[in-house]
Amino acid sequence: MKIRAHALAGIALAATAALSLAACGDGTASPATTGTASADAATKVAGEITVYNAQHDTLTKEWVDAFTKETGVKVTIRQGSDSELSNQIIQEGAASPADVFLTENSPAMAQVENAGLFADIDKATVAQVPAEYRPSTNKWTGIAARSTVLVYDKTKISDDKLPKSMLDLAKPEWKGRWAASPSGADFQAIVAALLEQKGEAATTEWLKGMKDNSKAYKGNSTAMKAVNAGEVDAALIYHYYYYGDQAKTGENSSKVTPYFFKNQDPGAFLSVSGGGVLKSSKNAAAAQAFIKFITGKQGQEVLKNGTSFEYAIASSVDSNAKLVPIKDLQAPTVDPAKLNSSKVTDLMTKAGLL
Amino acid sequence: MTTDLTAPISPDIPEASESTTTAGRGKRPRPPFGVSAISILAVLIALFSLIPLAYVAYMTAATGWDTAVALIVRPRVGELLLNTVMLVVFTVPICLVLGVGGAWLVERTRLRGHRWWAVALAAPLAIPAFVNSYAWVSAVPSLEGIWSGVLIATLSYFPLVYIPAAATLGRLDPAIEQSAASLGLGPWAVFFRVVLPQLRIAMTGGGLLVSLHLLAEYGAFAMIRFDTFTTAIMTQFQSTFNGTAGNMLASVLVFFCLILLLVEVRSRGTARYARVGSGAQARSIRLPLRHFQLPSQLALLALTVLAFGLPVWFVLRWVLAGGARVWAADEFLPALLQTLAYGTVGAAATIVVGFPMAYLAVRHPSWFSKMLELSNYITSSLPGIVVGLAFVTVSIRMVPGVYQTSGVLIAAYVLLFLPRALVNIRSGLAQAPKELDEAAQSLGKAPLVSFLKVTLRLTAPAAAGGAALVFLAIVNELTATLLLSPNGTHTLATEFWSKSSEIDYAGAAPYALLMILLSAPMTYLLFQQSKKVAGQ
Repeated sequence: MKIRAHALAGIALAATAALSLAACGDGTASPATTGTASADAATKVAGEITVYNAQHDTLTKEWVDAFTKETGVKVTIRQGSDSELSNQIIQEGAASPADVFLTENSPAMAQVENAGLFADIDKATVAQVPAEYRPSTNKWTGIAARSTVLVYDKTKISDDKLPKSMLDLAKPEWKGRWAASPSGADFQAIVAALLEQKGEAATTEWLKGMKDNSKAYKGNSTAMKAVNAGEVDAALIYHYYYYGDQAKTGENSSKVTPYFFKNQDPGAFLSVSGGGVLKSSKNAAAAQAFIKFITGKQGQEVLKNGTSFEYAIASSVDSNAKLVPIKDLQAPTVDPAKLNSSKVTDLMTKAGLL
Repeated sequence: MTTDLTAPISPDIPEASESTTTAGRGKRPRPPFGVSAISILAVLIALFSLIPLAYVAYMTAATGWDTAVALIVRPRVGELLLNTVMLVVFTVPICLVLGVGGAWLVERTRLRGHRWWAVALAAPLAIPAFVNSYAWVSAVPSLEGIWSGVLIATLSYFPLVYIPAAATLGRLDPAIEQSAASLGLGPWAVFFRVVLPQLRIAMTGGGLLVSLHLLAEYGAFAMIRFDTFTTAIMTQFQSTFNGTAGNMLASVLVFFCLILLLVEVRSRGTARYARVGSGAQARSIRLPLRHFQLPSQLALLALTVLAFGLPVWFVLRWVLAGGARVWAADEFLPALLQTLAYGTVGAAATIVVGFPMAYLAVRHPSWFSKMLELSNYITSSLPGIVVGLAFVTVSIRMVPGVYQTSGVLIAAYVLLFLPRALVNIRSGLAQAPKELDEAAQSLGKAPLVSFLKVTLRLTAPAAAGGAALVFLAIVNELTATLLLSPNGTHTLATEFWSKSSEIDYAGAAPYALLMILLSAPMTYLLFQQSKKVAGQ
C-alpha cells in the first residue's frame, strides 16, 4: 500500500507539471476556432470533464482548446478506438470516469445507447442537428460525417474497370488488389451499414471474399499509403484521409485518385460520428455544454476551416470547400441507431479478418 | 519491446550463498522482522504475481468448453500459430549465430578495434524494436510479412545473445582449450568441441529471452503488417475491449510461453561449467585473424550499420524534416516527465517488492522459497498484453477504486519486470556476508538496525543496477501502458505510437530520439554489469 501511495504521489507530481504545461499551451489555439462569437454556448458551466475520445486526436484537441477557452472547463482526454472505448464504458457501467463519449462512427454509440448508459441530449443541441444526422431517440447526436471512398491508382485501374459497387470487390478478379483496415472502427462501420442494408448472409459472403482478396493494413492512412507506394491497386477507406494528406505534403496520396460509388451503394455509406453524454456523468452541465459547443456554429466551423476534412453536419455550417458536397454523395439511407458493432466483430472474427 | 539480460534466464540462478548457509556454525542470526513476516510478505507477492495466470485460466474456464474450442480451433488461429512459430524458428538461430559469432570475434580474436566493436555490438539494444521498425519502414516502405519480421526482430534482439555470450567467452579458462589443442584438435574443432559447449548457458538463456521478446512484441510487428498472437490480441482488444476471442488468443499465447520455459530448462542441462581447484586463471588467448581480418571488419560494420546506424539515421532525418514544429513543448515535455515519473516510481516499487523475495531466497533457501521465486519468473515471462488484460479485468470487476489509476499501471510494471530487480538484489545480498550482520547483532544492535546499517547498505549498489534495468524496461514498454494508462497519460512510447500510427513520421521522431537517449546509458550500464557478473 505504501508503494501505491508513493506511486500516486510521483505520478501526481508529473501530472500536475503536465497540466500546467498544457494550460500554457492553450494560448496557441488554432485561428480556425477563434472568430465568430457564440456567447450562447458559454452558458454558465465550470469544473472538469473527461472525454473518452475515439475521434481523431487532433480534431478533438481543436474542439477542446476552443471549448476550454470559451468556458474555462478543463477537459481530460482518454484516447482509444470506437469499440474499445464503447465496450470499456459498458464494463465500467455507472462507475465510468467518462462524462462525454466521442466516436468516429455510430455503431459504438448505438452500443452504449442500447446498454442504457446515455443521458438525453439537451433540446438546444438537438435543434442544431438535422434529423438525418442523429438517432430518433436523441440519446446521442451526430457531430460530423465521413464518406466511404475507394482510393485507387489511375495507372493500374482504368475508369471503365472501376467497380460499380463495393460488393464487386469480393469478386475473384479483385484478388490481392485492394487494401483496407479491418481492425479499425471505420471499416467496421462500413460493414455494419452493409449488414443493415443487405442482411447477414450477404455480409458474411462479402467478408469471405474480402478475406480472400484484400490485404489488411493498420489504419486508413497506411492503407492509402500502400496504394500510393504501388503495393495494391486500391483501398477502401474514408474520404478525408485523402484530402487531409493532399492539404499537407501529399506525399502519401500523390498517385492516388478518390472514387465515390454514389447511387446509394453500400460503398457510398456516409458514416456519422457521434457524441453523447453519459448518464453517470458527475458534471452533466459541462458535458452537455461541450456537445452543444461542438455541434454549434463555432464547433462546426472547426470542421469547415480546420484540417480534419470531415463533413460539417449541424448549425447550417458548410463543409470544407475542397470536398465533394455532401448532397452529391448519394449515400444510402441507414439509421445510425441501428448499426450493430458487436455482431460485426463476430462476423469479422468468423471470417478470419480479426 | 524491452531489454532484459540478467532477468529470467533461468529460474535457479547460481547460489553464491549456499556455502555460507550450510556452514552450520553457531545459531542463525535473527532476520530483521522475523522469517514469518518476510515469508508472509513473499507469499503475498507471489500470489499477486500469479494474478495474470489465474486470470487466463479463469477466463478460459468461464468461456465454456465449446465456445473456447470454437475460438481457438479456427483458421485464423492457425495462421497466427504458423506466423509465430516461423518467427521463432527463423529468428532465434540467426540471433544465436550473430550473437555468438560477434562475441567470439570481439573476445577471442585479434580483431582490430575489438574494444570499440564490443560496445558497438551491444548498442542496438538501446533502440526499442518498434523504433527500429519505424526506421526500416521509412527506408523500405514495402516491408511486410514474415521476412521483414525476422529482419527487424533479429536486428533488435541479437544483442540479447551477444552480451551474455561475450561475457562468458571473456572469462573462459583457456587451459581447457590449450589441453584440447595439445591433444591434436585444430582451431575449428576446438571451437566446436570445447568453446561452444561452454557457451550453452549463455546461448539457451539468450535464446529464451529472444523468444519471449518475439512473443511479446507488438509495435514492431504491427508496423510491418505481420500478425502474431500479440498483435491479434491487441486488434481484438481495440475492436471489443476485452472480448472472449481476445482472451482465448491470450490463453494460447500463455501456453506458448510456458512451453518455451520448459524447453529452456530441459536444454540447459546439468553440466558444471565452473573452474575448480586453486590457482589463478590465465588470460584467454586471442587467435590471429590474418586474411579474415578484412571480411570480419566488413561483416561487423554491416551488422552495426543495419541494426544501429540505419535506425539512428532515419530518426535524425525525420527530426530534421519535422523542424521546430514537432518540438511543441506542451506535447513532448509532459510525455517526457510522465515517462520519467513512471520509470522512477516503477523501478523503486519493483526494488521494494523484490527485496523480501530475494532475502528469503538467499538467506533462507528452501523448496518453499524456490517455489515462490519460480512463480515470479513464470509470470514475468508472460507478455505485457496478457498482464494488461488481466489487470483491466480484475481492477474493473473486483477493485473498481483503483481502476485506471497509475497505481495499477505501476503494479503491472512491477509484475512484468520483477526478475530484473530480483536477480540483482539476490547477487548483492549473496555478496553481503551474513557474518557481518551477526557481528553487528552480537555487538548489541537490534536485528532491524543491523539489517539497515549493514546488509541494506552493502546491497544498495546491486539494487541500483536492478532499478536501472527496470527503468529502461518501463521507458520502452508499450502494450501494457496502452491498456492500463490512466486518463490523460502520455508517455514517450504511447505518443510515439499514436503519431507513427497516423503516419506522422516527423511528429513521432522526437519521441523516438528521446527514448533512444534515455536508453543509451542504461544499455551501457547493462553491458558493463554483464562483464562483472560473469567475472565472479
